[in-house]
Amino acid sequence: MENAFGQPQSLVVLGGSSDIARAVVRKLCAARTETVVLAGRDAGRLEEAAAEARDYGASSTATVLFDATDPTDAGRAVGEAFDAAGGPVDLVIVAVGLLGRQREWEDDAARAAEMALVNYAWPVAALAEVRRRLVAQGHGRILVMSSVAAVRVRRVSYLYSGAKAGLDRLCVGLADSLEGTGVRLQILRPGFVRSKMTTGEPEIPFTTGVNEVAETVMAGLASGARFIWSPPILRYVFFVLRHLPARVWRLVADR
Amino acid sequence: MRTLVGWGRTAPSHAEVFTVTTEEQVLAAFATGRPVIARGLGRSYGDAAQSGGGLVLDNRGLDHVGDIGPDGVVRLGAGVSIDDLLARSIPEGWFVPVTPGTRQVTIGGALAADVHGKNHHVEGSFASHVRSVRLVTPTGGRTVGPDRDPDLFWATAGAMGLTGVATEVELALMPIETDQVLVDTDRYDDLDAVMAAMREGDARYRYSVAWVDCMSRGRHLGRAILTRGDHARAEDLDRPRRAAPGPARLGVPFAAPPGLLNPWSITAFNEAWFRMAPRHREREPQPIGRFFHPLDGVRDWNRLYGPRGFVQYQFVVPDERDGVVRAAVERLAGARVPSFLAVLKRFGPADPAPLSFPQPGWTLALDLPVGPASLPGILDELDELVAEAGGRVYLAKDARLRPELARVMYPRLAEFAALADTIDPERRLVSDLARRLRLREG
Repeated sequence: MENAFGQPQSLVVLGGSSDIARAVVRKLCAARTETVVLAGRDAGRLEEAAAEARDYGASSTATVLFDATDPTDAGRAVGEAFDAAGGPVDLVIVAVGLLGRQREWEDDAARAAEMALVNYAWPVAALAEVRRRLVAQGHGRILVMSSVAAVRVRRVSYLYSGAKAGLDRLCVGLADSLEGTGVRLQILRPGFVRSKMTTGEPEIPFTTGVNEVAETVMAGLASGARFIWSPPILRYVFFVLRHLPARVWRLVADR
Repeated sequence: MRTLVGWGRTAPSHAEVFTVTTEEQVLAAFATGRPVIARGLGRSYGDAAQSGGGLVLDNRGLDHVGDIGPDGVVRLGAGVSIDDLLARSIPEGWFVPVTPGTRQVTIGGALAADVHGKNHHVEGSFASHVRSVRLVTPTGGRTVGPDRDPDLFWATAGAMGLTGVATEVELALMPIETDQVLVDTDRYDDLDAVMAAMREGDARYRYSVAWVDCMSRGRHLGRAILTRGDHARAEDLDRPRRAAPGPARLGVPFAAPPGLLNPWSITAFNEAWFRMAPRHREREPQPIGRFFHPLDGVRDWNRLYGPRGFVQYQFVVPDERDGVVRAAVERLAGARVPSFLAVLKRFGPADPAPLSFPQPGWTLALDLPVGPASLPGILDELDELVAEAGGRVYLAKDARLRPELARVMYPRLAEFAALADTIDPERRLVSDLARRLRLREG
């Protein structure tokens, strides 16, 4: 069960080797989390993340493999992850994502489809099964990793950001649908985060590290706010940015 | 289906809620095979009276009040509130022997939490005044009491509903002559002074409690107002009356915005409260409602804490470990975690219940809003101090303890769990609290 500060005892992470997810898992395990199920693509990296979770205090860990380009398999992966938890699941983190290579892929139909599958279709399919199970359980929380890029899509990353935008907007409706079920959904909107996903990308203002994001997530779980911005100031920055005229936006966003 | 939270309004869960009026209905709920827990007026601060995905049995339909016998013994439905009972009993000259800081708890809930009052050092906790209980368990209904299946009776006291659903309680009331309490009030400028006064003088009073300001630091760390008293006798008053306390005159209509209660607003409130108290006053008549149930003055006051809710942290440590009380006040004052006046009290001997909270020593209770990032860590540190000192936190208040420490604080938990398994082998009696602290696993 989660405690008064939104700290879960059992946790499922879809996309369990993501650097941000791992940083959050470390904090959660140091607080209250005992059972951690990590689902992802790469068995070796998942096992490494599971060992780290145990180092930080988890007493039981498991891993589940899936291929995020196959949304028809998402229900199975979520089911296996819940079964592996062996009891109620307090928090599900959806951290599946692929930044891709925009410049090379934007004219490639197969790659564009892959970006939509991994960043949108698979998470949407998985959320359907997560929703069903948590509602039956009568409690639980979902944390969906979106991005500030979803708030206003940049041309330099529209395959990624556009799919995240779809997911972000869908989750607003999904969160509303969960009112009165005992289940809550929160949307994490980090800015640019230094991680393996962004290695080699140019840093932009308000760049943070994964541990700072994880701190913000801990505070967000306690507050229950629908949108968790990291760093929090981006909420105001993007309030301005999303109202800029397109021409000005392109100047700002290309930097 | 309803989303339920405790009084602290944290950690919601969803369950089917049924109002039960008969033993058969309770047994039918068990027969579904789903998790079951009883709920009264929802005054437990944490997750004790909710069970995600299960059946929550609202006991307020069990509302019959029998005649009060010449010896003060009365048979009550477990869903009768202390408020309802007092409305009936005070005019007849009887008072509940133990009352918490609110009248808005049911008799079943009072037994489940084994509540204590300002007179614990004299009269012990609630269960000590219960003659018998009709307890419906998954293996059938049975009547238990201190002289009839005492093991199950005491296991029920403080077990937060995990031994069954109480339907009827036989309670021994205490006689009173008036509806007033004669109160001595003293103000102390620091924590050591008030603790010394309580240690030295509590034995002379039936009721004693201190309000401690946890926002003042330095020289005035833990300044306090100590109120002590006893029921006024008829000859103490010019016009003795026996009127039941009235309903709350104020209410909070909706959840306040987050941050209404912050270090500044709470410091200002505590300052005003402290200044309003006399430095020393003797034998001031106060009505029962004002003296015992200050929390009932404002309906739904928990909404003041906003949408994030709050936690109440209440612990007890043995007499000789009073340093933990000081450490707790220092730690919270130092971190500027906003806290309304905390309640400090001395407990007398414990009753034989394995999960009952009170044990001899000092208890401190603090309301703390969810929000400050340092708060979860500070409370975890305090848990360690309390456990190491041989103390415990109160399950009726808890919403955040580590399950490992529940075993240290309640060393008889394994004994309790084994007994609970005998009357509920399939472990159908489950609350979110029980899941979180693994109370049924021992």
